[in-house]
Amino acid sequence: MSKFPLNIVLADDDDDDRMLFSEAIDEIAIQTKLMLFNHGQELMDYLTSAEVILPNLIFLDLNMPIKNGLQCLKEIRSNPVLKDLCVAIYSTSSSEVDIEETFLNGANIYVNKPNNYSKLRESVEKVLQLNWQYHTSNLNKDTFLFRI
Amino acid sequence: MTFFVKYDFNIMSKTLLEEQLNALDISYTLNSANAITITDELSSEKQSTLTKALRKYGIEFEVNQTSTIVDRIKNAVDSMLRDQANTSVKLSAYLADTLHYSYAHLSAVFSENTYTSIENYAILRRVDIVKEYLCNTNLTLTEIAFKLNYSSVAHLSGQFKKTTGLTPSAFQRIMKKKIIHSQTN
Repeated sequence: MSKFPLNIVLADDDDDDRMLFSEAIDEIAIQTKLMLFNHGQELMDYLTSAEVILPNLIFLDLNMPIKNGLQCLKEIRSNPVLKDLCVAIYSTSSSEVDIEETFLNGANIYVNKPNNYSKLRESVEKVLQLNWQYHTSNLNKDTFLFRI
Repeated sequence: MTFFVKYDFNIMSKTLLEEQLNALDISYTLNSANAITITDELSSEKQSTLTKALRKYGIEFEVNQTSTIVDRIKNAVDSMLRDQANTSVKLSAYLADTLHYSYAHLSAVFSENTYTSIENYAILRRVDIVKEYLCNTNLTLTEIAFKLNYSSVAHLSGQFKKTTGLTPSAFQRIMKKKIIHSQTN
């Protein structure tokens, strides 16, 4: 069997959003190990700690206290160890300016937080499926942009 | 000053393989971009030198037994998409002919191991090549559609939007800006 669990992390300051996300990810067929963080600084502390297991995919909320999603994204892309990780922005904002700014700063995926649970599950599943192909196939990560 | 370069994947990989094999004085025939028949005995020393030389270019020298069916399917899909001579052949027939298994078997093994189907993988791969053309060449969408055997520009655009969530022109605009953005930071 060539299937392995995907290591996923999510940084989001909203309790409900974190809970819904982890429920959604549990329900889909792709096997995952999920770690949750309450804000950007907590995530960055983990990613730069000695005991880190580098995730296959990072979900970042944009609006968070202490350190927001865009700051995290910039730090990840300028860190030689972290710069090649797949990053998905997970935000309520659907402003074209926000979307373009995150892509320009190196985000691979932009997920609009859906307004109902079944859509959320669908979006998460699509993102993970696609992410899995990028980990296991000869696809060009430099041109990996996906918006949902 | 930024220069854009064009790639021809087939010529590139064949030339690379030929150069490396000639340098080691190995006699061979290239069957395709990813199948080589070595016609004389390969010493283990030469084999490891070759493996190392190719690894530098991201080419893994696979021994047939260890390469899985899934990887062979992916390689065959790639070859078919890159090779314009095969454009009239159906994917299912091409894979069955190339890999000597029934398409039903290939399709079942692939889905069981990848969370997706061969058809969806082929779509993803084809869109990946469209992206490559959009970033590295001045080809128009019409020319790209023709090169990759899309029935129309609308078909290409629709598949691109469905796969990436972006239109080809939005994607191209963002990628161009990204290059400028990374140079100014």
